[in-house]
Amino acid sequence: MAHHAHEPEVVVLPPDKEKIKKLWTVAAILGAITAVEFIVAFTVPHGFFKTSVFVIMTIVKAGYIVGEFMHLKYEAKVLFWSVLIPITFIVWMLIAFLYEGFQLSDVNFI
Amino acid sequence: MAHAHATTAPDQNVWNGGVAPLGASYGKLMMWFFLLSDAFTFSGLLITYGLVRSSHPAFEGLAQAFTFSHDYWPIPEKVFEAVPFLHGVSLPLVFVGIMTFILIMSSVTMVLAVEAGHRMDQKAVEKWMLWTILGGLTFLGCQAWEWTHFIVGTDTPTLVKDFVNGQWITKEVTGANLHINQYGPQDFADFFFFITGFHGFHVFSGVLLNFLIYYNTVTGVYNRRGHYEMVEKVGLYWHFVDLVWVFVFTFFYLV
Repeated sequence: MAHHAHEPEVVVLPPDKEKIKKLWTVAAILGAITAVEFIVAFTVPHGFFKTSVFVIMTIVKAGYIVGEFMHLKYEAKVLFWSVLIPITFIVWMLIAFLYEGFQLSDVNFI
Repeated sequence: MAHAHATTAPDQNVWNGGVAPLGASYGKLMMWFFLLSDAFTFSGLLITYGLVRSSHPAFEGLAQAFTFSHDYWPIPEKVFEAVPFLHGVSLPLVFVGIMTFILIMSSVTMVLAVEAGHRMDQKAVEKWMLWTILGGLTFLGCQAWEWTHFIVGTDTPTLVKDFVNGQWITKEVTGANLHINQYGPQDFADFFFFITGFHGFHVFSGVLLNFLIYYNTVTGVYNRRGHYEMVEKVGLYWHFVDLVWVFVFTFFYLV
């Protein structure tokens, strides 16, 4: 590190107020969705509708985290799709396994 | 950041080298693809949970009438209803809600550290990294309590069938481990330990990485390097841990 003997001159820029405000807005949205999930958990009866509501809310939350916090929305389109397209495998896996599970349930318990 | 800005002939294809077609550094890309593979691992765990759960009968009837039994899958809100220092008070999912809130907050402080890094503001990066580490440690503490409560069990035991010395016996069981479970089918306890454990391990390694970043920031490594991209990369990992928790919260605790 001999060539780093002197600390470099660092120019510190002022905080980007608008950006920080946006980040806190995203945080507030995430908190609000979680609060709504709580209310749904104790007011809506168990069933397909409730599960669908939870799944949609979770995907919305995931979108905010990946898009805003992880900044993927603003990356190059190639990178965006390189990450998103493989996720379809997960969707297929979910459908296949749940279908299998309900079939197993019929075999084992009815 | 460390993007390659090589001069290329205008007619050259972007994929022929010398430029960064994905607009991100090598390290950041590798973090993205690592996280993608990690997403597959967690999906494997959560989807297998879905498979096993959907292959068991669900509890039919009112939630108030629910009791622990091996005959059906438990309602999660009836299992996770304890809060520290409030013994005997039924507060379904409140503690997990607090844990979710803590993790979301630590994700916000992380992204603020990244923002400060873009501005080369060492003091602000230090401050927000410390908050992030604190959030991570608090979450781990909460999880330790949650696990302890799950393992020790409730005040009233459940009658559980167990295979001992070659024959089936019925015995009173409190709590759960990888062999016996008072809350419901054995798989329920096994998945609890594996899914929340694997996530907790990610939080733990995230805290270690965050501490490393904090240490390097304090010692001025990134100032000398001229950029704070490491904060961004570890930030990606930390947000991913938060993202996984969002899914665990929904599919393990809520549904």
